[in-house]
Amino acid sequence: MSNQKTAAPNRRDILFVATGAATAVATGAAVWPLIAQMNPDASTLALASTELDISGISEGQIVTVKWRGKPVFVRRRTKKEIEEAVNTPLAELPDPQPDSARVKKPEWLVVVGVCTHLGCIPLGHEGEFDGWFCPCHGSTYDTSGRIRSGPAPSNLEVPQYSFLSDAKIKIG
Amino acid sequence: MSGHSTYTPKSAFARWLERRLPLLSFIHASFVAFPTPKNLNYFWTFGAILSFMLVAQILTGVVLAMHYTPETTLAFNSIEHIMRDVNWGGVLRYAHASGASMFFLAAYIHMFRGMYYGSYKAPRELLWILGVILFLLMMATGFLGYVLPWGQMSFWAATVITNLFSAIPYVGNAITTWLLGGYSVDNPTLNRFYALHYLLPFIVAAVVGLHVWALHVVGQNNPTGIEVKDEAKETVPFSPHATLKDSVGLVLFLVLYAWLTFFVPNYLLHPDNYIEANPLVTPAHIVPEWYFLPFYAILRAIPNKLLGVIALFASIIIVAALPWLDTSRVRSAVYRPAFKKLFWVFVAACLGLGYLGAQPAEGVYLIAGRILMAYYFFHFLALMPALGKIEKTSPVPDSIEEACRAASAARADAAKKAKAHA
Ligand code: HEM
Ligand code: FES
Repeated sequence: MSNQKTAAPNRRDILFVATGAATAVATGAAVWPLIAQMNPDASTLALASTELDISGISEGQIVTVKWRGKPVFVRRRTKKEIEEAVNTPLAELPDPQPDSARVKKPEWLVVVGVCTHLGCIPLGHEGEFDGWFCPCHGSTYDTSGRIRSGPAPSNLEVPQYSFLSDAKIKIG
Repeated sequence: MSGHSTYTPKSAFARWLERRLPLLSFIHASFVAFPTPKNLNYFWTFGAILSFMLVAQILTGVVLAMHYTPETTLAFNSIEHIMRDVNWGGVLRYAHASGASMFFLAAYIHMFRGMYYGSYKAPRELLWILGVILFLLMMATGFLGYVLPWGQMSFWAATVITNLFSAIPYVGNAITTWLLGGYSVDNPTLNRFYALHYLLPFIVAAVVGLHVWALHVVGQNNPTGIEVKDEAKETVPFSPHATLKDSVGLVLFLVLYAWLTFFVPNYLLHPDNYIEANPLVTPAHIVPEWYFLPFYAILRAIPNKLLGVIALFASIIIVAALPWLDTSRVRSAVYRPAFKKLFWVFVAACLGLGYLGAQPAEGVYLIAGRILMAYYFFHFLALMPALGKIEKTSPVPDSIEEACRAASAARADAAKKAKAHA
């Protein structure tokens, strides 16, 4: 090795770098399919929406539908339940969100029925706040599906949904 | 350690092979002539027991795989088919299911043995780390296998464990979806879990190879924790000495394994797992397999999702740091009176966490869980570093030979006294 100052890059250096870069890109391109194949496939994505007739649901009732393999709770709330949800001061909530931001029509609450802790299914009409209680590690949710106590970090997720008519909703 | 390898090929074929691939002399040096300290006790037979269990799991697993169907509508019934229709199917399945428990039992004894006799200390740090990697791989394999019967516990264990990753900030949900191949545990999940459950044991076997290689470079520790000084006086060849002692240990261990398999096969299985998986109903109490309970208790002790998950993983990873956390210059607990007591306190804390992991996460159980978890980390992060500096150790003999002579002198003395009394 000579102790010259770094010489200007010559043709060989450029070829080295170019080959190295091409190898890195090719390796990435070869590895990517191996990793990406594990993401949801087309048939799983195709099942991504569900329709539900809600005309038969009476006040106070919770109906569970399966959407993307998970339960979705559709709850027709009573006057009292709506009031409880609306009147809760935001300061009391671990994950503050007003009820109005979680519903499209106050009477209907639509939430993914999966505890935001580790994924168990909470039980309806149970727990201190009349909403849900998770049997796995004791998280409680209120009548807006918001986390009130226990290890779960956030409110029950509100899925994308829309009212197709007064009697029908589409989830997803 | 160089063996007193005295191997000379005898047959013409052996000579032919030796010149092309010295396999026979390698086996001879590793498992026949390999020098083992002459003072090893029965806790040193668990390595051989673990190797046996790995082979047993692979054999029973491969034959189960010939009858099992990894598809959500068929998996549960294919287990019942194995139990009822397949020739010897019930025995094979129970042997595999209790085999997993026995595997973990042996691993825990093996690890506590290492902690007691300081086997993780220089120059055996890498050997120890390879062991922790094996433990992690075993945990992954056991978890993946438990999902395959597609019962209620299978399904909800899969849900809870994959959701641990959703605690990672920002990318957590994407990682969980990627692991599941969907938005919840479903057929893609079962399929890949099966593929991985089949694969991992062979990776375990490869890492066992590295583990044994590392062992054969640095040599075995022994109950005194003193390095071998005089190979001729202080060691005996692996065969027949270690081979036979390992066989005795293995047979005793197999008595327990056979009892579990043939007499109480469902003792460690959970009744809820005989109910087919139902994605819309969570069982009232989800409890993991017994070998995960201490870690589950740590997860639940913290009322915050991310911190709970961090504590869970930290409690395993921290074991790998033990060679650097322990500052004592004396290896074996035999010459560390304070550590000897604290070791048993630590074992009790681990058992206590195991007990709490099976209880509901509320009230006194939760508080006790927090105390024991705090102690668990205190042991590693405070006791181990501090004790090495302040503990007054008892005099360590100069050599294994001297320790053995002192021990037999003490025995003779005790016998004489007992006679004098009689
Ligand atoms: C490190 C070694 C292994 C461990 C710790 C292990 C653990 C387990 C566990 C805990 C179960 C659930 C048992 C039950 O509740 O029924 C299981 C099931 C299963 N394992 Fe393994 N296993 C190992 C190696 C293998 C291998 C090498 C195969 C080969 C393909 C295999 C194939 C299966 C199959 C087909 C099932 C489903 C049948 C059943 O549940 O009994 N296992 N395994
Ligand atoms: S999964 Fe609901 S509290 Fe843990």
